[in-house]
Amino acid sequence: MSPRGPARLPAFAGPVPLAILLTAGIVGVVAVVIAASGFDVAPAFAALVRGAVGSPYAIMSATLVRATPLILAGLAVAIAFQGGILNIGAEGQILAGAALGTTVTLLWGRTLGGGAVILALLVAAAGGAAWAAIPAWLRRRFGVLEVISTIMMNFIALYGVGYLVRGPLQEPTRIYPQSPTIPAATQLPMLVPGTRLHVGFGIAVLAALIAWVAIRSHAAGFRLRVVGASPSAAASAGQVDVPAAITRAFLVSGALAGLAGGIEVTGVTYALYENISPGYGYTAIAVALLAGLHPGLVIISGICIGALEAGAAAMQREAGVPLVVVNVVEALIILAIVGARAAIARRERTTVEAGT
Amino acid sequence: MTDYLTPFLEATVRTATPLALASLGESISERAGVINVGLEGVIISGCLGAVVGARSGSVLAGMAAGAVAGMAAALIFAVFVVWLRADQIITGTALTIGALGLTATLYRALFGTSGVALSTPTMGPLAIPVLSTIPVLGPALFRQPPVTYFLYLMVGVVWWFLYRTHAGLALRAVGENPEAAQAAGIDAVRTQGAAVLAAGALGGLAGASLVLAQVGTFTERMSAGRGFIAIAIVALGRWRPLGVALAALLFGAASALQFLFQSTGTQLPYQLFLALPYVLTLIVLAGGTAHARAPAALGRRDLESS
Repeated sequence: MSPRGPARLPAFAGPVPLAILLTAGIVGVVAVVIAASGFDVAPAFAALVRGAVGSPYAIMSATLVRATPLILAGLAVAIAFQGGILNIGAEGQILAGAALGTTVTLLWGRTLGGGAVILALLVAAAGGAAWAAIPAWLRRRFGVLEVISTIMMNFIALYGVGYLVRGPLQEPTRIYPQSPTIPAATQLPMLVPGTRLHVGFGIAVLAALIAWVAIRSHAAGFRLRVVGASPSAAASAGQVDVPAAITRAFLVSGALAGLAGGIEVTGVTYALYENISPGYGYTAIAVALLAGLHPGLVIISGICIGALEAGAAAMQREAGVPLVVVNVVEALIILAIVGARAAIARRERTTVEAGT
Repeated sequence: MTDYLTPFLEATVRTATPLALASLGESISERAGVINVGLEGVIISGCLGAVVGARSGSVLAGMAAGAVAGMAAALIFAVFVVWLRADQIITGTALTIGALGLTATLYRALFGTSGVALSTPTMGPLAIPVLSTIPVLGPALFRQPPVTYFLYLMVGVVWWFLYRTHAGLALRAVGENPEAAQAAGIDAVRTQGAAVLAAGALGGLAGASLVLAQVGTFTERMSAGRGFIAIAIVALGRWRPLGVALAALLFGAASALQFLFQSTGTQLPYQLFLALPYVLTLIVLAGGTAHARAPAALGRRDLESS
């Protein structure tokens, strides 16, 4: 249909340079929002930049640590969207992975030691996949819209974790709604000594690179793109089992989000909390769109959003600007990308109609 | 047990009121083929609008301002989704993220950065004579804030609109088969736009009732997932006004259980009860007979093919 070659992404993948330009414009909008809220723009931005990239420590301990779950969850969203699956359940899949990962480290951390971390991360990925398997099955078997079912699954996961940290997994004093601290042997080693940058960041980058190669050069990646672009064409061409391809993409997406949850527990928080994910699963949508759904570019967009969030935390500490300003920016990025895409599509449509 | 039953039922209806208002609106929008995942953002906008509007001391002005704020948020969504035909889910997610952030920022800008709780006037319960004296159910249904009675009215109005008016038939036609509707001379874009805005007004009212009939102040993220709950309610209520109202009561009862457990000192984990309605919704969706199915064109972007 489109004259731009077979590798074209589905409709919501945006032109990346345009997105970068728009982001620059959005920084201006942030300045206006900050100024309109009665804060001084210059010190606020200085704090933002300092907190995000002001020192090697800020880059590694704040920005890249924050970027880790965003890269993995962003990857999860990008793969699902490429396959035409509107998985907005990354949040629930993260929680499922975090809860199962915590359970494994608490059960076997003392006996298995370091081996338990690997097991925990594998189980976390499996947990995320299992959490995604339910909406995948509901879609395949009953035609339930995954948009609605993944929202349900997010809430079930949220309340499930709320139950676990007040019930079976609660810390021994039974005062705080959180799990005990996981054994030291099951905490992820640091990538750079003296910082808080754990090996989970390396795992996230590696996962993105593997996904990039797989989608680029493997038959499975091609099937994914074809299914996402046009399920009916993929089916009528006879070469693709569309429901199976969709289910597989859904499971991979869930596994990546679950892995993000497992890494967050073993690398950052060392315990399970109710609010262990401050909306990573939703922010991941901005990460994936900013990357134009490209698995490799997700690394960059994840680091960008990670820097923004790390910087915003410093901005709140030092200049009193509320942290949530960053959410406004993320929303504007998403709107700018989908708006630009839609406007371009609209113009193309009008041109085609005028030509016939 | 009866000592607890009446307060429990009252709490159920009270908690269900904003949920039902929002889901009633969302069902209109979804019936026109537009799913607004940004409903959470619409509700929180209604909350802030209500706080600003009620500064005059008038609860009614607060409700009106809440509805207007909800419509303003819905207008942004409509521009992207209905007019530009951008993806509904992604746009809705952005609306939610952005509105949660913007309302918190604006609140601090308008009412100071200290975050001191600002109290608004609230509407107390208004007992309806005779009806409220019915044992057990009377106080639960008829000793509620006036906005709950407005909700009862709206359930009827929306039902009448959807099933007994020409415009309602047109709206449902657009949600089922936009091409056929357009061929029959219905302006699908305008219908969907109007549906989204009406849903925005009801979502804004839901937020306003949260502030003015329950909490009495604004706090960051006070909508607390009610927009997403409302989307579940619409599905559980099978996209029909009465079903939606009953489903809202069920979700209300699930949250009211935690008050009941706290007041009776029950040690049962209430999180499991909170999760229950969502599990039930999934089961109902999976058992989708013809009556339980979502509008056929729900979430579709392409429209102007005719």
